[in-house]
Amino acid sequence: MKTDTIAAIATGLSNAGISIIRISGNEAFHIIDRIYRSKKGNKILSKENTHTIHYGYIVDQDVVVDEVMVSIMKAPSTYTREDVVEINCHGGIVVTTKILELVIKNGARIAEPGEFTKRAFLNGRIDLSQAEAVCDIIQAKNELALKNSINQLRGGEYEIINYLRETILRDIAYIEAALDDPEHISLDGFNQTLFENLENEMQLLKKLIQDSKNGKIIKEGIKTVIVGKPNAGKSSLLNRLVGEERAIVTEIAGTTRDTLEETINLNGITLNIIDTAGIRKTEDVIEKMGVEKAVKFASDADLIINVIDSSTELDEDDEEILELIKDKKAIILLNKSDLDSKINKDLIKEKTKHPVITISIKKNTGIDELENQIKDMFFQGEISLHEDIYITNERHKEELNNALQSLKLVKQSALDGMPEDFYSIDLMNAYEALGRIIGENVDEDLVNMIFKEFCMGK
Amino acid sequence: MSHVYESYDVVVVGAGHAGCEAALACARLSLNTIIFTISMESVAMMPCNPNIGGTSKGHLVREIDALGGEMGKNIDKTFIQSKMLNVSKGPAVHSLRAQADKQEYSSSMRKVLENTPNLTLKQGEVVEILTEDNKVTGVKTYSGGIYPCKAVILCTGTYLNARCLYGDTITYTGPDGLMAATQLTESLKAMGIEMYRFKTGTPARIDKRTIDFSKLIEQPGDERVKPFSFTTNPEEIQKEQVSCWLTYTTPETHDIIRANIDRSPMYSGTIEGTGARYCPSIEDKVVRFADKDRHQVFIEPEGNYTNEMYISGLSTSLPEDVQVAMYRSVPGLEKSNIVKNAYAIEYDCINPMQLKPSLEFMNIEGLFSGGQFNGSSGYEEAAAQGLIAGINAAMKIMGKEPLILDRSEAYIGVLIDDLVTKATNEPYRMMTSRAEYRLILRQDNADLRLTKKGYEVGLIDEERYLKLIEKENQINNEVERLNHIVIGANKKVQDLLKQLGSTPLNTATTLADLIRRPELNYEVLASIDPDRPVLPEDVIEQVNINIKYEGYIRRQLKQVEQFKKLENKKIPDDINYDEVPSLKEEARQKLQMFRPISIGQASRISGVSPSDISVLMIYLSQLRSSKAKQEE
Repeated sequence: MKTDTIAAIATGLSNAGISIIRISGNEAFHIIDRIYRSKKGNKILSKENTHTIHYGYIVDQDVVVDEVMVSIMKAPSTYTREDVVEINCHGGIVVTTKILELVIKNGARIAEPGEFTKRAFLNGRIDLSQAEAVCDIIQAKNELALKNSINQLRGGEYEIINYLRETILRDIAYIEAALDDPEHISLDGFNQTLFENLENEMQLLKKLIQDSKNGKIIKEGIKTVIVGKPNAGKSSLLNRLVGEERAIVTEIAGTTRDTLEETINLNGITLNIIDTAGIRKTEDVIEKMGVEKAVKFASDADLIINVIDSSTELDEDDEEILELIKDKKAIILLNKSDLDSKINKDLIKEKTKHPVITISIKKNTGIDELENQIKDMFFQGEISLHEDIYITNERHKEELNNALQSLKLVKQSALDGMPEDFYSIDLMNAYEALGRIIGENVDEDLVNMIFKEFCMGK
Repeated sequence: MSHVYESYDVVVVGAGHAGCEAALACARLSLNTIIFTISMESVAMMPCNPNIGGTSKGHLVREIDALGGEMGKNIDKTFIQSKMLNVSKGPAVHSLRAQADKQEYSSSMRKVLENTPNLTLKQGEVVEILTEDNKVTGVKTYSGGIYPCKAVILCTGTYLNARCLYGDTITYTGPDGLMAATQLTESLKAMGIEMYRFKTGTPARIDKRTIDFSKLIEQPGDERVKPFSFTTNPEEIQKEQVSCWLTYTTPETHDIIRANIDRSPMYSGTIEGTGARYCPSIEDKVVRFADKDRHQVFIEPEGNYTNEMYISGLSTSLPEDVQVAMYRSVPGLEKSNIVKNAYAIEYDCINPMQLKPSLEFMNIEGLFSGGQFNGSSGYEEAAAQGLIAGINAAMKIMGKEPLILDRSEAYIGVLIDDLVTKATNEPYRMMTSRAEYRLILRQDNADLRLTKKGYEVGLIDEERYLKLIEKENQINNEVERLNHIVIGANKKVQDLLKQLGSTPLNTATTLADLIRRPELNYEVLASIDPDRPVLPEDVIEQVNINIKYEGYIRRQLKQVEQFKKLENKKIPDDINYDEVPSLKEEARQKLQMFRPISIGQASRISGVSPSDISVLMIYLSQLRSSKAKQEE
């Protein structure tokens, strides 16, 4: 049974600086006691004075994970008016998420969007006049989390989760139909089918959990979007970075009508690169959809690479793109430097605050400079990963584990010879856990399935 | 000409299963009560299936009884066969079902009504609800009689604008050819009440003498009958039972149906009402489950007074000639004669969203309703709502808090919460799968869950209450004792375990631990438990269940604890959702419509997201603090 102690990464996730993991709730000290070791190994933080900071290590069963500073704050003089522990670690994506995982494993759950603030408010910590702002934050964060939750699942994983839900629900419906209408539907021999299904479901879940541990389940990395006018060389850039002919490159403007996506690794930094359709005013319906999509991607991106064809004059479409990315992290590439340049680099620099690099994708010049620029921006913390991505991943992992645990209970109950109505409850718990990953509401699913699949009643 | 008659505290409209419970509850709580029925012959009538109880419905009957209602007692007096369903499953889904002698059931209930002090039974049709400033002031009957009152409970069942259909035959009557009520709907609409039109159906009744029983499979009752009512002495109801019978449809039956499907008003579009998926007509089953080559048909006696047999599973609205051919294609019914045709019935009911969990209308003070009128189906669902509506009308008049059972307390709580919180588009039937906390909502412990509440309300007398307290103590003491008795691995114990097919002990253990083994139970361990006190059957049952399923029950109780937290966060009646910042528009509209009484209820409304709930909680805490400040 999970307690109501919550945890989250309180700082943005990047490879630079320090990250803070915050824990709040009555289990906070219990949890830190289990994963903290002082230098001499004799300090127990729950016994220390409130509002003190302690040097030491976070350990996972005696293996040191990181060297940290831990602040302890006992209720009620804390932000949430609950016991609060903050772990200041060395940052770095791997270490920070590893510590968060440890905290979860030891009894906390991932905080819901805005939950620290919500608790602070409900415990009377935040001034009433701020209520409206708090409400807005919660709604906004929740919307983002919901979007992330689904957006970040790879297509295949989404289908597996749906498949799992479907098979689990079918088994529940069978049991429930038989319980409701024992004279029409018999459960004789059903356990055999159930065991087979359970094995299959548990295998799939284990695979998903493994994948999520490897970070494969979500599209992680810096969301990088390549934008530009048609035929500026966006697809060529993607191919060059990926090192293979992935995008179709032609002379005809507007070839990339949809979006292409690739993951590349740049000296340890993962980039999730999306090539988009060229942005221009167009009457072609399909191309128009591509353009709209490109604009949307650009607005969600961590980093934008704007490719400009320097062999033609800067036109209205170029200006529009520059305007679109004005407030984003972006790099401007003046491509086709092998041809006669019609655009002055200084002219562009006047129009934008973003770094401008002259490049020829065809001749492979300036690519190094681009790569260095991206690295600099990352290590200086100018661009960073969405912490939400990791949070989402943790949340998924938690729910996948919940589902697996529930199915294990089902199996155990069945082996113990418990009647079917006992384990249909755990089947339902598994179904609900999976539903939370894809943001589905359970409500009338079961009743609908029963009536769809079984001929019930008088 | 209208005439004003003496005034009453409560007027109940309709004397079906809901109306009877409502009227009895009010009268027993000393309120001056009058109940109107269209016909005295239709009091507690069972116009469809001849049984009470069944899966999850049996739970409802036990709960009604635990709260001081009448249905359980009445079926105990009038059953002709009884069976506990699902006995091979867990105790939570055991369900009692009894075949009733329909006429006996009806006349026995009528006798109870007629002899209850403070209760007037009157034949007549109520055509109008009288109100002043959205507050009930009385009712008006067809003949112009005006009865002033403080509260009205509408239990009109399937009578409002009813019409019965089979083939192209339409009669404008209620069930069993009784008169329909044709005027009340207009009065309700004029009050701003939103009406639905639902549909249900019933199979034919067949003359017993024309059935070839040699072709049917006999379905006898249980050897030992368990009563529905906690007040009935089991010894007094053991009696000779009659059997039900099982047969199956044939491919020929299905061919007849398919060949005539266009003559069913369901398929020709004549029927406008929405039917329920769980009680489909046979034509529905044949069309929707085309791969099934046969369907079960249960043949059940309507009572000892008649030769009529109820043909369960063959409900239809096909025309009369098709019905005859179809029924005769079923083994055992080849020469059968139909006494009463099968038919579909359409009727007006309300969108139950307009009700509070107390079953009072949100917008009309003093107007309550229960039963099929609220969009449910089934005798038991009706009786449960009737009882709650009756109790709450009485509480209102007496100036007391309403009785609202939540989803963790009773199936009745699940039933009413579903009705008033979830949008329904078909007649609502209780199902065990709807009760998320069913491990603790068992039929065997309904008294332990609810009789105290019945006592507080005033429907349970002191004697019954004290008996319950005694039972509670006996259970607790015995469980405690078993948890502490240590059994050593001696020869007597090992022999017994061996004999019972259970693994021998390695070390000493408690008796409770032994009871937990699937192959063992309380009773079989008697010989190694010499200090065992003599306890009644029902106490032993509770001890056994509480110990055997302790782990599961504890987990469920933890879930209930979480659930209660939100349930206990009340939302004030006068909340203005327009003032709650940041609510999503859909959530705002839904909350405005459903007007939930608690955060828990709000969270169950579809379209209200968890973040909307967070926002609402913040708003409420803000509201509380600012109120507290004002008072300072």
